[in-house]
Amino acid sequence: MGLTLSWLSVIILIPLAGLFLKSLELSPEQFWNILSSRRTLNALRVSFGLAFAAACVNLVMGSIIVWALVRYRFPGRRIFDAIVDVPFALPTAVAGVALSSLFAEKGWLGAPLAALGIKVAFTPVGIFVAMIFIGIPFVVRTVQPVLQDLDPEIEEAAGSLGASRWQTIIRVILPSLAPALLTGLALAFARAVGEYGSIIFIAGNLPNVSEIAPLLIVIRLSEFRYADATAIAVVMLVVSFVIIFAVNRLQRWAQSRIPAR
Amino acid sequence: MTIEVKNLVKKFGSFAALDGVDLKVNDGELLALLGPSGSGKTTLLRIIAGLDWPDAGEVSFNGEDALAQGARERHVGFVFQHYALFRHMSVFENVAFGLRVQPRAVRKDEATIRARVKELLDLVQLDWLADRYPSQLSGGQRQRIALARALAIEPRILLLDEPFGALDAKVRKELRKWLRSLHHEIHVTSIFVTHDQEEALEVANRVVVMDKGRIEQIGSPDDVYETPATAFVHGFIGESIELPVQVEGGVIRLGDRPLNLAADGLAPGASKLFVRRHDMLVGPPGSGALEGAVQHVRNFGPVQRAEVALSGGETIEIDAPRDRELRAGDTIGLNPRRYRIFAGA
Repeated sequence: MGLTLSWLSVIILIPLAGLFLKSLELSPEQFWNILSSRRTLNALRVSFGLAFAAACVNLVMGSIIVWALVRYRFPGRRIFDAIVDVPFALPTAVAGVALSSLFAEKGWLGAPLAALGIKVAFTPVGIFVAMIFIGIPFVVRTVQPVLQDLDPEIEEAAGSLGASRWQTIIRVILPSLAPALLTGLALAFARAVGEYGSIIFIAGNLPNVSEIAPLLIVIRLSEFRYADATAIAVVMLVVSFVIIFAVNRLQRWAQSRIPAR
Repeated sequence: MTIEVKNLVKKFGSFAALDGVDLKVNDGELLALLGPSGSGKTTLLRIIAGLDWPDAGEVSFNGEDALAQGARERHVGFVFQHYALFRHMSVFENVAFGLRVQPRAVRKDEATIRARVKELLDLVQLDWLADRYPSQLSGGQRQRIALARALAIEPRILLLDEPFGALDAKVRKELRKWLRSLHHEIHVTSIFVTHDQEEALEVANRVVVMDKGRIEQIGSPDDVYETPATAFVHGFIGESIELPVQVEGGVIRLGDRPLNLAADGLAPGASKLFVRRHDMLVGPPGSGALEGAVQHVRNFGPVQRAEVALSGGETIEIDAPRDRELRAGDTIGLNPRRYRIFAGA
C-alpha cells in the first residue's frame, strides 16, 4: 500500500507538482497575458476541439469495429484484431511520416482527395486524421471485453419480448455498454490531446491554424520561455483533469444502472 | 394454443441435433422435454420459439405455419436457463420491457403498464423487489422475474429452457412446485426443457423423452416410469440395473447361466435385462434367478443400498427394505419382481 502510493507519487504526482510550482513564478497578470494571446488560444482550440471530434468519430467507428470483431467469425478476424493494436505499438514519428506521405498531394490517398479539392496533409484535417489514427485502439480495447461478456441471450430475450432490432440496440445493448463506451471516449480523447509525434509531421504547424498546444510548448521551450511553456501546460493539465473527472462521474452514473428510459 | 411439429431436422455441421422429430402439444398442457445433454431438446425448444431455424420440417401453432414468422411475431414467452435479465434495468423495468416496446398503435398508456407489471410481480410474489436491480437478487428470484417478464406480453405459449438448471437443489424443489401451481393458475400451453428426470416427472402433465435428436417416448410421467418404451428410456429414467443377456430357444442366459425367467415372445439374440433397483427381491441363496455376494452396504433412510457381486462377475446395486439387514460377505439369492427385456446389445 505504502509502496504503491510512493511509486505513484514519484511517477505522477511529483512531476505534476513541479509543473505547477514552475508556473507560480509568473504573476497572475503575466499568466493571463500568455494564455489570452491569440496564438495560445488558437493552439488550445485546435488541440481540444479536434481531439474531441476525433474521439467522437473513434467512438462510433470503434464500436462498429468491436461489434464485427466480437460477434462475427470471418477469415482473417485474428489479423484484423491484431491490426487494431498497430497505432499503440508504432513509434509515433513513424506513424506521422507514414500518414503525411500517404495524404501528401502526391500520396496514395492525398492525390485522389486533392482531385476532389480536399487537402488533408499540412492542414487541420491532417491533425484530425492523425488523432483518429492514434485513438482508435483505445475505444476498441476498452469496449471489446465488455461486449464479449454481454450474453447474446439478452438480445434473444429482447427479440422474443417483441423488440425490434433497433429497439434492442437502443434499449438493451447500448445502455449495457455505456460505461465502457464512455471510458473509451475519454481515453481516446486524452491520447489525442497529448499526441505530438505523429501530428507534427502532418499538421503543417502554421501558427493559429494548424499548430497544436503541445507543439507550442516545445516552441516556447526552445525559445527559453520556460514560464510560458509551463503556463500552457498547466492549462492543458487542468482542462484534461476536468474532462477526465466529468467522464468519470458520468461513468459512475451509468454504472449505478439507473434505468435507461 | 396447440403446437404441432412435423419431421423436424436440424444439423450443426455433420451433427444432427434433431433427426426427424414429430410432436403434438395440446392446448393448456405442461409438457417436459427430458433428455441428456446433446439430445436435441433445447434445439427443439429454440426452433419453436423462433430463435433457431430448422433445416427441414414444419412447426405450426393452431394449424398456422409458425416458421413464416420470426421470434418477434410469434408471441412466445421464453425463459432462459441463465435468466438473461437486462442488468441495467430495475426489476420493474425488466418486466415492463415487453409492454414498452410494443408498436405505438397498440402500446398501453403508462398507468396501464404500471398496473400490469404490479399484477405480474404479485403473481410471482416478488412485488417488494420492484426497484432492485437483477444483480441484487438471488438466482431463484431472478428466474421468477424472468418468468414474469415473459408473461407480460401475454404469450400464446410459454417456453422454459432448463429454468431451474442454475439453481441449488433446495430452491429448485420449491420452484418446481411453484411452477406447477402457477401453470394451474394461468393455463398457458407450456413446454420446459430439463435433464433432471425428477423435475420432469414431478412437474409435467406429459413427458417427452429424447435421445440423439429423436423422440424415444411420449407419455404421462407414470407411463415413462412404469412402462418404458425403449432400453434408453428405462436406463435414463429411474435407477435401473442393466444386464446383458442372450435369448436362445425360450431361455434367457446371463453369461453361461440360464436365468429362471420367462422368455415368452422375446426375439432371440443379444438383449438387455432391466430391473429397477427396488424390484430386485432378496432371498436365501439358491432361491432366486440370480445369486451373488454382498460387497458392502449403505443405508439411505428407509432403504439399504447393497453392492452385490453376481456369481458371473457382474456387480449390481440393489435397494432393499431394511426389515432384513444385509451384511458384507452374505451370499444371497435375487429375484426380480418386475423386469423388462429389450432386444439389442
